[in-house]
Amino acid sequence: MIRFKVNGTSQTFDGDPEMPLLWYLRDVLGLTGTKFGCGMGLCGACTVLQNGKAIRSCQKQMGSAGGLEITTIEGISAHGPHAVQKAWADVNVPQCGYCQPGQIMQSVSLLTSQPHPTDDDIDNGMAGNICRCGTYQRIRAAIKEAAKVTA
Amino acid sequence: MNTRDKIAEDKIATDSIATEKISIENVSRRGFLQGALSAGAFVLCARIIPQPVWAKTAASLSIEPASIAATAFHPGVFVGIHTDGTVFIVAHRSEMGNGVRTSLPRILADELDADWNRVKVLQADADAGFGSQDTDGSHSVREFFDTLREAGATARLMLVRAAAQQWGVPESQCVADPVHTVTHTASKRTFGYGELAPIAAKLPVPKKEELKLKTPPEWRYIGKPAPGYDVTDVCAGKPLFGMDVRVDGMLYAAIAHPPVLGGKVKSLDGSAALKVIGVKQTLAIDPFKPPHAFQPLGGVAVIADNTFAAFKGRKNLKIEWDNGANAGYNSVDYKKELQQTARQPGKVVHAVGDADAEFAKGSKIVEAEYFAPHLAHASMEPPVAVADVQGEKVTIWSPTQNPQGVQEEVAKALGLKKENVTCHVTFLGGGFGRKSKPDYAVEAAVLSKKTGRPMKVIWSREDDIKFDYFHSVAAMYLKAAVDDKGMPKAWLQRSVFPPIGSSFNSAEVYGSAGEMSLGWDLTPFDVANFRSENGAATAHVRIGWLRSVANIYHAFAVQSFANELAVAANRDPYDYLLALLGPARHVDPGPKGSPGVMEKYPYDIGRLSHVAEVAAEKSNWSKKKFGKGSGMGIAVHRSFFTYVASVVEVEVDDQGTISIPHVTTAVDAGIVANPEMVHSQFEGAAVFGTSIARTGEITATNGVIDQSNFNDYPLARMNDAPRQVDVHIIESSAAPAGVGEPGVPPFVPALCNAVFAATGKRVRELPLARNGFA
Repeated sequence: MIRFKVNGTSQTFDGDPEMPLLWYLRDVLGLTGTKFGCGMGLCGACTVLQNGKAIRSCQKQMGSAGGLEITTIEGISAHGPHAVQKAWADVNVPQCGYCQPGQIMQSVSLLTSQPHPTDDDIDNGMAGNICRCGTYQRIRAAIKEAAKVTA
Repeated sequence: MNTRDKIAEDKIATDSIATEKISIENVSRRGFLQGALSAGAFVLCARIIPQPVWAKTAASLSIEPASIAATAFHPGVFVGIHTDGTVFIVAHRSEMGNGVRTSLPRILADELDADWNRVKVLQADADAGFGSQDTDGSHSVREFFDTLREAGATARLMLVRAAAQQWGVPESQCVADPVHTVTHTASKRTFGYGELAPIAAKLPVPKKEELKLKTPPEWRYIGKPAPGYDVTDVCAGKPLFGMDVRVDGMLYAAIAHPPVLGGKVKSLDGSAALKVIGVKQTLAIDPFKPPHAFQPLGGVAVIADNTFAAFKGRKNLKIEWDNGANAGYNSVDYKKELQQTARQPGKVVHAVGDADAEFAKGSKIVEAEYFAPHLAHASMEPPVAVADVQGEKVTIWSPTQNPQGVQEEVAKALGLKKENVTCHVTFLGGGFGRKSKPDYAVEAAVLSKKTGRPMKVIWSREDDIKFDYFHSVAAMYLKAAVDDKGMPKAWLQRSVFPPIGSSFNSAEVYGSAGEMSLGWDLTPFDVANFRSENGAATAHVRIGWLRSVANIYHAFAVQSFANELAVAANRDPYDYLLALLGPARHVDPGPKGSPGVMEKYPYDIGRLSHVAEVAAEKSNWSKKKFGKGSGMGIAVHRSFFTYVASVVEVEVDDQGTISIPHVTTAVDAGIVANPEMVHSQFEGAAVFGTSIARTGEITATNGVIDQSNFNDYPLARMNDAPRQVDVHIIESSAAPAGVGEPGVPPFVPALCNAVFAATGKRVRELPLARNGFA
């Protein structure tokens, strides 16, 4: 029996230990804000926070999830929009929106480690998250906007 | 032409415009309004096709059932006003990042003088009563602009009449001002829209001649920027997408598709798959009967109680395949075949003057061959659908661009009437043309029927890339005879590609009139002798339309060649391009031109030159100086009736790594419904174009697609996408044109022309990665 926390709530798991956290979150818990994009850690759509730091949930097997504290997009939205989400709305970042929860979680993590990121910091920090609609310049602007509040 | 051919043709035909008349009806007192709805809501229906759609229950709408019950909203209904003043507007097109759930309702809300903050947008199910819901071909605003305005103006006039009636004053003394209110100008008395709804609900619908549409200076929302209606929900990670649909008792399916198009299962050993925790069963899906069209590919499904188990089970299947006739498809050989065909005379598409006679005169000849590979759509949300088959009734939840297509194809596969198929349209995590092909929804329906359970079919990224309806591979040959100033006296262009029509008729080898209209049949250039041709090519994979379709390879060839001619003439590429476009005029489409289209959307060279001028000016074309390894490129293209110029700046380092610091785009799309969305679409088009130009390439070996995921089919990331894209929208009173697609075609050649300016290396074969660049 594996014990861990998701968005502050204790959970247990005794299914297939190879199941990625992504599918546990989506299919078992019904937290569908975390998206499936590639299954190989190449696109960042499934980004969540593990003890505050961005990880790709498609690469995290449930067998190794013991003791983790996981935060999903639903977790940062619990008490109204997070500063990053507000900035996203102000800049009107999303087009289709599918990758945006992952982009937002990656940005939350980036702003924790780099409170005043430069353009290059942002480009490098966000390079693991693909947006097929091509909203990158708005993402960059929104991160700078959010940094004014979170820093 | 059968329905499928018609669908395919409509999808790609630039010059198709709606000809149906709309009929607006007051449906407030229809039978279905009784019961759930207390008397009073005012509901107008604008039907595109006069077809009775009233028999269904209000509960068939998928979103916000409570509010629907309260207002009895219904497919075919565009606008309703509840007694509390809430205005409901139905979005009947699919939201996939194109912004239609914002832009279309705002057009109606404008004419209605409704307060946008009191508008609720409802997503429509599939229903032929809406006319085309196929969100493709950059049609949404241009085809429904007039309809939505008329519906809004009708509702407004009825509210004004309701108020006049209540006050016993002439209608001429009443105005819909301030917003959401009717005011009696003399006495300053007012009624809110909610108060007027029950009265308006009893009035007859005014005749079209009685309507007074607003003039552009009176527009409240049209032409004003507005953020996405759903932006907060999207950023909160709400379950909006097809991938997020969960239905009680639902099972999950992953399908092992035949690796080669037309392949069949020879033998199957599913024993190891069945041992995977959570796997329930394996099920064969019948192979398609050619032409494949929108049918499932066939193969073996693994059914499980979660997605991961289905994927893991599939990995454990042991299948021997009979690969069939397409197992001989090799991209290396096929490329040579296309190039050979492009060197021979093809079918003449359009001709002006006598190009051959001019070529024979002994002037200087410039010629070049271009090549562009297959591309995959790779929307971030792979294809996915949930189906629940209950006897004769089917319910589908799907991210689809083509909900009525889902109805038709599911009905056909299950032997039902399409009226028995309800299709709820979710948000799409990107579409780009892939999600107007409903094969994946049919898979879900077939499996739900076989198992008796609601079924979610999920395509992995590998499925998505290997089993796409690919954007066509194309070879082009261009030839010009130039005078002593380097201006062409004769121009020949020939393209060869396996056509989209091959997906609907296996014997089809020539591009359709629709494909030819995408940047090939006519030339924007001022050349006295011109001929366009098309050569034959047989398809060996599923060919489909992808954002901008044939414009991509056609604009790449034409705009690269124009740049080559400028270089050959030793002239500035921008100056040369303007000279090549020549005087402002309308291009004569010859016998193919339909008068209705020509009148509404003439091919106006003045507008094309103007976007070039604006892009050049805004990018400081003539003033900017570049050192070694950097430069600027320009290209123009008209598609979906929209005129676009791209200026791209590049820096190329010693390793051939390209960075794109700046892109300047000028757009003339006629009247623009929501400039915010137009900016987004053109910013995104530069990134989409970057992916195509740098690394976009799908190839096959022995009929099997070589690429599989973002490692071998890379897409532009933030650190290699353009750093800054500036979009300049030309103010225009011309009819609204498309905006979702037209940004892509000129970007690709503008980038390649910039690479030439920076390095002296001409790119005649896409992607740039094939030319030593990264």
